[in-house]
Amino acid sequence: MLKTANQKAWYFVVPVVVLVAFNALIPLMTVVNYSVQETFGDNVFFWEGVKWFEEVLNSDRFHDSFLRQLAFTGMILVIEVPLGIGVALSMPRKGPWVSVCLVLMALPLLIPWNVVGAMWNIFALPDIGLLGRSINALGIDYNFTQQPESAWMTTVLMDVWHWTSLVVLLAYAGLCSIPDAYYQAAKIDGASAWSVFWRIQLPKLKRVLTIAILLRFMDSFMIYTEPFVLTGGGPGNTTTFLSIDLVKIALGQFDLGPAAAMSLIYFLVVLLVCWVFYTLMMRHEGQ
Amino acid sequence: MAKISLEQVKHSYLAQPAKSEDYAVKQVDAVWQDGGAYALLGPSGCGKTTLLNIISGLLVPSHGRVLFNDTDVTKVPTIERQIAQVFQFPVVYDTMTVFDNLAFPLRNRGIAEAKVRDRVMEIAGMLDLESSLRRRASGLTMDGKQKISLGRGLVRDDVNVIMFDEPLTVIDPHLKWRLRSKLKELHKRLGLTMIYVTHDQTEALTFADQVVVMYDGTVVQVGTPVELFECPNHTFVGHFIGSPGMNILPCELDNGTVRCAGHAVNTASSGRPRSDVTKTEIGVRPEFVRFDDHGFPVHIVKVDDLGRYRIVEVRYADQRVKMIVEEDAAIPSGSARISFDPAATRIYADGWVVN
Amino acid sequence: MGIELRRVTKQLGSETHIYETNLVLESGEFNVLLGTTLSGKTTLMRLMAGLERPSSGEVWHNGENVTGLPVQKRNVAMVYQAFVNYPNFTVFDNIASPLRVARVQADEVRRRVEGIAELLKLTPILERLPNELSGGQQQRTALARALVKDAALVLLDEPLANLDYKLREELRDELPKLFQDTGATVVYATSEPLEALMLGGYTATLEQGRVVEYGPTVRLYRSPGSLASARVFSDPPINTAQVEKRGPIFFLTESVHWTAPAGFRDLADGHYTIGVRPHHLTIGGIDQGVVKVRARVLVAEISGSESIVHADVEGNLWVSESHGIHPFEVGDIAELFLHVGRCLYFDNDGSLIGHQADTASRDRPH
Repeated sequence: MLKTANQKAWYFVVPVVVLVAFNALIPLMTVVNYSVQETFGDNVFFWEGVKWFEEVLNSDRFHDSFLRQLAFTGMILVIEVPLGIGVALSMPRKGPWVSVCLVLMALPLLIPWNVVGAMWNIFALPDIGLLGRSINALGIDYNFTQQPESAWMTTVLMDVWHWTSLVVLLAYAGLCSIPDAYYQAAKIDGASAWSVFWRIQLPKLKRVLTIAILLRFMDSFMIYTEPFVLTGGGPGNTTTFLSIDLVKIALGQFDLGPAAAMSLIYFLVVLLVCWVFYTLMMRHEGQ
Repeated sequence: MAKISLEQVKHSYLAQPAKSEDYAVKQVDAVWQDGGAYALLGPSGCGKTTLLNIISGLLVPSHGRVLFNDTDVTKVPTIERQIAQVFQFPVVYDTMTVFDNLAFPLRNRGIAEAKVRDRVMEIAGMLDLESSLRRRASGLTMDGKQKISLGRGLVRDDVNVIMFDEPLTVIDPHLKWRLRSKLKELHKRLGLTMIYVTHDQTEALTFADQVVVMYDGTVVQVGTPVELFECPNHTFVGHFIGSPGMNILPCELDNGTVRCAGHAVNTASSGRPRSDVTKTEIGVRPEFVRFDDHGFPVHIVKVDDLGRYRIVEVRYADQRVKMIVEEDAAIPSGSARISFDPAATRIYADGWVVN
Repeated sequence: MGIELRRVTKQLGSETHIYETNLVLESGEFNVLLGTTLSGKTTLMRLMAGLERPSSGEVWHNGENVTGLPVQKRNVAMVYQAFVNYPNFTVFDNIASPLRVARVQADEVRRRVEGIAELLKLTPILERLPNELSGGQQQRTALARALVKDAALVLLDEPLANLDYKLREELRDELPKLFQDTGATVVYATSEPLEALMLGGYTATLEQGRVVEYGPTVRLYRSPGSLASARVFSDPPINTAQVEKRGPIFFLTESVHWTAPAGFRDLADGHYTIGVRPHHLTIGGIDQGVVKVRARVLVAEISGSESIVHADVEGNLWVSESHGIHPFEVGDIAELFLHVGRCLYFDNDGSLIGHQADTASRDRPH
C-alpha cells in the first residue's frame, strides 16, 4: 500500500542487478552453452542441439536419481511439516521458557552443513557411534554403510534433526500472531482442541506454512553436502540424489554436455514446482 | 438465562498484590438481573474488560465469588458457563461459510442437524444474513463479520448471558446506528441478559437499561441512563457522561447558602456537606445553564455551532462554564447573565453528591 | 495560497481511487475531509503529502507545482490513527527528532520542544518512553512532533479514532486552537459528522472517491448542496422520502401533506425528495411549522437527555431525535412532529432546491 513515486528507488536496485548478473545469469548462460554443444577439451565445441537433453531424459540413471530425490523430499516434507507444527504448538507462549525453547530450536540451524554430515556419520557408525551401537544393542541389525534401508533412514533422520527447527520457528511465529480473541471465542463456542487447530490455527498459519514448505522443498530437492559427507551416495547408488549424481557426471566423468543439460532440467523442475505450488496457495488465499 | 451476582470481586494481575494500586479491579459487588440490558462504562484501564473476563470465566478473580443463579461458578471453566461473547475485532472462522460459522457452536454441542438448520435460519433472518449464508465468512465486510460473531452467540438457546466487548469500534458511524438498534431490538425480542462494555457514553446509554460506571477499578455509580444524566453521584460520572460533560464549579457555603464567586445559587441539594470536607463544588450540566437577565454576569468566550445546537463557553472569575443553546435561540455577544436550573444543580463534597 | 488539487485523479490498476478532483484548501484554515471508510480520504491526503503521485492532474502548494516532488522535499507533517512514535526515544527526543533531522541548534531544539510540550501538556512526561504512556499521551506526542517542525501542510488522518470518547472530546477541542496561529494548512480526515462540526473550519464531503462538496462546515451542514452530501454529513443518518407537489401542497401520502413553505410555492408540480434531519422529526416540541405523522416504533433508545426513536413512518424507516425522556415500547404508535419548514428539498437529480452556492470562489472547488 505504501508506494511512493520516488524514482530514485531504482538506484538501490542496481547493485542487486549487477550481483545477480554475476552469480546467476552469467554462470547459467555458460551452462546453457555447454548443454547444446560437445567438447573434447581445448575449447573446441561442436553443435549438438537437444541431443544431451534427449539423452538425459531417456537415461535410467536420471530417472532413478530423480525418483530417489522425489521420495526423499516427499518423506522429509511429510515428517518435518507436521512435526514442526506439533513442536510449535507445544512450545510455551509466554514466560521464561520461551527464550530457552527458541535457543534450543535455533541450535541445529547454526551448524554448518558439512559438520552436520560428519557429526551424523560418526554418531551413526555401527561400531563406535552412539546411535549405531545403541540400535545394534537393541538387537536390530543396523549398518548405514552397508544397508540401503539404514542409509535412507539415517539420511532422513539427519535432515529432520537439522531442519525441523526451521518449520518450528516459522510456525511458532505464526501462532504467536493469532489474537487471543480467537481462542476465547473458540472456548465460548465450545470448540474442541482439534477444532481450534483445524478451524483457527491451521488457517491462520497458512501463509507461513506456505513459505516453510516452499523453503523445505527447495532445500531438500537440492540437498548435497550432508548426504555426500554421510554416505557419499552409497551404499551403491541408493542415496545418490540428483545433485550428487550431477556432480558425479560433471566432475567424476567430465561429461560436461549431459551434466549441463541435466542441470537445466533440474533447475526447471524446481522452478516449475515452486511456481505451481505458489500459485495454488495464493489462488486459494484469494477466494 | 440467569441472574449474575458478583460478591466482593477483586482481581490483580500480579502474583502477590500488596497495595490497592496493584488491583485492576478493586472491589465490585453487583447483581445483574435475568433478562436485563447492562452496560459497563468507563475510560480505558478502569478494569471493565477484566471484570468482563471474570464473568465469562476467562479469568479467575484473586478474591470473591461469581454466582450464576446462586450457583458459585467462580472456578467453572468458560465452556460450562453457557455464555457468549462478542469481541472488539470480529472473530470469524475464515475457512467456513457464514452458515457453518453460525452453526459451529451448536454442532460442537452435538445438536441434531435439523435443529441446527432451523436455529441458524432463524438467527440469520434476524440479522439480515440470509442472502450471504453460502458465502465464505472471510469475504464479508467488517459489520457483516461482526454480525456473524453476534449470531454465534444468539444461535444457542442455552446461553446465560451475551457479553459485548466494545463491539462497534471498527464499524463506520452510519452502520453503528443500525447495528446498535439491531442489538437493542434483539434484546427486546429474545429477553436475553446482555452486558455491553464500552468507553463510549452514547453507546452505553442508548443500549442499556442499567449502566455501571467504572473508574479506577471500582464501580462509581449504577443507574438508568436518566439517573446518570440527571443526578450523577460523583463528579467523575457527571464529567464522563454527557457531551460536553457536567460543569463542576467551586463554591463556598455561607450559612447554608451556596455561593459561586459571591453569587447565591439555588440547588436541589437539601442537605449540607459535613465540616471536615476539603472541597465543595456545584455541578450543573450544560443543558441546564441558560441566559437570564436576573442571573450572574459572565463573559462569552466562544460559540461552537454544532448545527443542531450550539455550545457556548462563558467565563466568570477564572471559571469556565459550558452551556448548550438551541438552534434558533439568540446569543448575546460580549457579556451576559446566566443562571442555573435549581432542580438540576447539586452540591458535591469531595467529589460525592450531597442530597 | 495553501494546497490546491487541479484535475487530480488516482488509479491503481483498473480501480479508480480518486475521480477527477479540483480542490483549493487555503493556508491557515482547518479543513476536514468527511467520508466513510474507503471514500478516498486517506488517498487524497497521501496525494497532498506527495506520498503518492496522481495518475493525472497537478498538486500545487503555495503557488508552486509540487506534483512530482518527493515527500522529503516538502514541508509536510502527518499524524496517523495508530500512535506512531519512535519506541526507543523519550518523549523529548521524539518531539525533537524532526528538528534534529533539520540540524537545528541544540539550545533552539530544547526551547522549541519545551514550548510545544507546554502547549500539549507533555511537560511532566518528557523523559518517559512511549510504551509507558497512555494512548492519549502517545497521540499528543505524535501531534507535538507534527507541530514542532512548523510544517506548512499538516495532515491528520483520523488521529483520535483510537482514543477514549472523553479524551477525544478534549483533544478535539484543543486541536483547532493549536494550529490557529501557525499559518499551516491543516487537513483532518474523519468518518464522524459530529467531529467535523466540532472542529469547525471548512469541510469537504467525500463519497466513493469523489469530493461531493466543499465549504464552511456549518453552512455545509445546514444546506448541503446535494442529497449525497447531506447523507455523508448526517449522524444519525438523514431521513429521506419521496413527496409529490400538487399546486401549493406537498404530499408525503394522501393524508400527510403541508403547504409549501415560502420560497417553494412556485416550484413546478411533480415529485421531489425531502431530507429530514432526525432532530427535525420530534416527539412534541414546538408545534409551529410542523406536520403530525404517525409512526410505528421499532426501537427506542434513551441517551440521558435525548430520546432516539427508530420508527416506521408511512413506510419509511426513519429516526427521530428529541429532547427529554420519552419511553416507548416496540410496536407502540407515536405521534411525531415533522418540521416541514426545516426540511431539505431536493429535485430529481439530488440537488438542493433553493441552495445558494456561495459566490466566494474559495467555497467551491473550481
